[in-house]
Amino acid sequence: MNKQKVVIGLEMHCEMTSNSKVFSSARNSYNELANDNVAPLDMAFPGTLPTLNKECVRKAILISLALKCQVPKYFYFDRKNYYYPDLPKGYQITQMHDPIGVNGYVIIDTNGYEKKVLIHDIHLEEDSASLDHYSDASLIDYNRCGVPLLELVTEPCLNSADEAVAFLEEMRRIYQYLDVSEADTKKGQIRCDVNVSIMDEDSHTLGTKVEIKNVNSFANVREAINYEIKRQMELKENGRYNEVEQETRRFDEESGTTIRMRGKVDAIDYKYFVEPNLPKYKITDEYLNSIKKDIPLLPRDRKLKYINDYNLTNQEASLIIKDKEYADYFEECINTGIDVKSAYNWLIGNITFYLKDNDITLKEFFIIPTYLKQIIDAINNNTISSKQAKEIFNESLSTNKEPKFFISNNTQVSNKDELETIIDNILSNNPKQIEDYKNGKTNLFDYFVGQVMKETKGKANPVMTKEILKDKLDC
Amino acid sequence: MTELGIVKLHEMLINKEITSEDLIKESLIKSHKLKEKCNAFVTIMDDAKSTPVTDNLLSGIPYGIKDNYSTKDILSTASSNTLKDYVPFFDATAVANLKAAGAVPVNKTAMDEFGMGGTGTTAHTGIIRNPWDIQRSCAGSSSGSAAAVAAGVYPYALGSDTGDSIRKPAAFCGIVGFKPTYGMISRYGLFAFASSLDTCGVLTRSVEDAAIVVDAMKGLDKNDATSWDSSNMHLYESLNGDVSGKKLFYIKEIVDIENYPHATDELKQHLENFHKSLDILSSLGVEITAVSIDKELLKVIPSVYVCLSCAEATSNLSNMTGIIFGPRGKGDNVFAMMKDHRTKGFSPLIKRRFVIGSYILQKENQERYFVGAQKARRLIVDKMKELFNTYDALILPVSTGPAPYLDNSKDELNSDDTALLEEHLQIGNFGGFPSITIPNGIINNLPVGINITGNVYDDINVLNIAYALEAKMNYKDMVVKDE
Repeated sequence: MNKQKVVIGLEMHCEMTSNSKVFSSARNSYNELANDNVAPLDMAFPGTLPTLNKECVRKAILISLALKCQVPKYFYFDRKNYYYPDLPKGYQITQMHDPIGVNGYVIIDTNGYEKKVLIHDIHLEEDSASLDHYSDASLIDYNRCGVPLLELVTEPCLNSADEAVAFLEEMRRIYQYLDVSEADTKKGQIRCDVNVSIMDEDSHTLGTKVEIKNVNSFANVREAINYEIKRQMELKENGRYNEVEQETRRFDEESGTTIRMRGKVDAIDYKYFVEPNLPKYKITDEYLNSIKKDIPLLPRDRKLKYINDYNLTNQEASLIIKDKEYADYFEECINTGIDVKSAYNWLIGNITFYLKDNDITLKEFFIIPTYLKQIIDAINNNTISSKQAKEIFNESLSTNKEPKFFISNNTQVSNKDELETIIDNILSNNPKQIEDYKNGKTNLFDYFVGQVMKETKGKANPVMTKEILKDKLDC
Repeated sequence: MTELGIVKLHEMLINKEITSEDLIKESLIKSHKLKEKCNAFVTIMDDAKSTPVTDNLLSGIPYGIKDNYSTKDILSTASSNTLKDYVPFFDATAVANLKAAGAVPVNKTAMDEFGMGGTGTTAHTGIIRNPWDIQRSCAGSSSGSAAAVAAGVYPYALGSDTGDSIRKPAAFCGIVGFKPTYGMISRYGLFAFASSLDTCGVLTRSVEDAAIVVDAMKGLDKNDATSWDSSNMHLYESLNGDVSGKKLFYIKEIVDIENYPHATDELKQHLENFHKSLDILSSLGVEITAVSIDKELLKVIPSVYVCLSCAEATSNLSNMTGIIFGPRGKGDNVFAMMKDHRTKGFSPLIKRRFVIGSYILQKENQERYFVGAQKARRLIVDKMKELFNTYDALILPVSTGPAPYLDNSKDELNSDDTALLEEHLQIGNFGGFPSITIPNGIINNLPVGINITGNVYDDINVLNIAYALEAKMNYKDMVVKDE
């Protein structure tokens, strides 16, 4: 068999964050309570009409511009008609004729090389309700029905499961950096359809495309692709490539295989037509420019900045940009005047450990960069040791008080004259204990240390205190 | 008393010559009588409560609501078995606006199922009859509303108009039917038939009342993205009857008797009567011109309407599955249940429309039929808008004469050589134009109507022309007398 090339195209569905749903006034929020975020339209009661959430449009344009897509002159929707119990209207409002973005690209880093992934289009649509199937019944939860959804379609330009996953990870970061989506696979906010085919490496004819629908984690995307490649390769090796059919399959998590759902002949005619209830509206250059201004530096650009400007290694920079909160925290540290090395070490070290131990995010973390600077400055001034820094860090977090309060209290009394005066005072007030000590009760030494500490509110330099005490008691 | 106009009733209420209770009681009694006679209602609200009489002209006065308007806590069936027990939990915006004005709904009027018919014969509660002659049709789909207003049950009833569903029943029942510009009245809560054509409106016995009611129904609505702000338009206040210098046109091809070689006597009289009305307008200083429009363009109007309305209807009524509301269908899986619900719930006429709509929207047919119809719609609308640059309004006779016998009216989407005369009101929906029908004659003891249609947002102008013409004829406030 000739050497084979794998060709993969992805359809990535990502739930958008917004206050309300894309066409109704129901809340758009993760909600454990079923059928709580529901407006009449979400259940398609007769007479209800969709109204457009402009914030969703703005975010859709934002992502479209960030992916270097062309944005159409007019914004409008289409109906995709089909019957399914999770689709109460009997149609989905989506964009077929004029998606909000076409012909864009995104550059990804994968296994040490960079790759330009071509975006066919990205469009705004509404999510369907979610179904829970039981042996004797199915339950419908309309909370998800009408949640704004972005569907991104790549060109068939990915050549391995690694590339596909690297692309999805980069896209997840971009969504998060643009604040368009939480892009949390655990909450089911990202779902993918994967198209896989194989072809002779020297050929120009694409092989037969197989679609795997509704894969809902990146690990499953990898597994589904690899299984499908293996399946197609084996058939080809055995001269049975004609058995690879243009079809829709699904990924079975338990067996790690893909299973046939329907063939091409059963493909649904969605009878698309323009949604008449939402008037077309013009996307002015003014509006586009106002959105362009909101595009922040994207993760990959930030990574390059960290490497070039801050001399971080590729690996270090990758760790920082993995999460937008991290990158934001890191940059804020630099802006407040913390040196790059300290900012990096604290963030990846103590802070990360603390977040993990307490299962919180950076947003909920008490020590903001200006507080962190108090600790780092104190270390740099030799006011505190790095061991004390860790203690102050913990103290600050357990009391929710700025580190500086512990730093000032922590300033050691290291002046010998001062300490001697304090110690002399204590000794003259404890003649009985001195006598006992001299008669062999040597453990009273710690009692005297304690008294000094009590007197100095713990600020006495312990090493010096012990030295002076020893001198005075043992003379 | 309920046969009087709104202004008169309001005056009597203010002067305490009558009470809101009296009016409601009378209206309910008449409702029950008309239900017997014409089968005009799905629901009669016997527990309707009077409202305080305020400065608002509509306060304390009863009215009727077509059954495809969503009414909170009141059965709303759209005259379909698929919704035979459906009680909504929210009011349509237009109904809520009238409630705020103090108006009192006393019944829900029967109609062609989901508004998809023009005969009044497809309601799940049975055939709706014309109060002028119960052997005759009211036309449709706002059949019950037209019958009730004509019978004097109340001064007005709400209707909806996708092709001519307000304006044709108005003509056959000898009353006024007004469909304002698309989007002037919110469609929120109106059960959809064809969204790009559906318009809320009203049936009354005078142009004045139509203006008063639409003033109260209209307004920008955050729940309807196609609604627009008309707060600077005061329809009733703008009625002044001054039409001198206005320019009207009629379409020669539609009105020319020569085009109807098999014309009945009724049609001949109807067209003659139409010209009499034109003469009245001329005498008021209106300039009237016969305009010729490419017959090929006119000929496609009915098919364009069928294509677009059926396509949109197919999709719009996909929410009727019996899962969330409506009687649950039987079957061993959810698709079988949906199919059972729809098979049993919809009448054959509607199913036929769904089949046509589906066919038209199919990938392989879309370009030819759906896109073709959209293009034709655009051409027709462009032609009309071009004419509205020169003329203030279009004036045409409604239908081929008075109401036909129910025996002869088969609602099967058929067309014949008078199709254009029957279907031209659809132009008003293609362009979202304001359009009003008023009675303009009696032929064989039955009323006939005339229609005036103007450019979008030109509602005041259209009402004013109708108002001026109405004043010079004897058909204002016409009520069917019970023998």
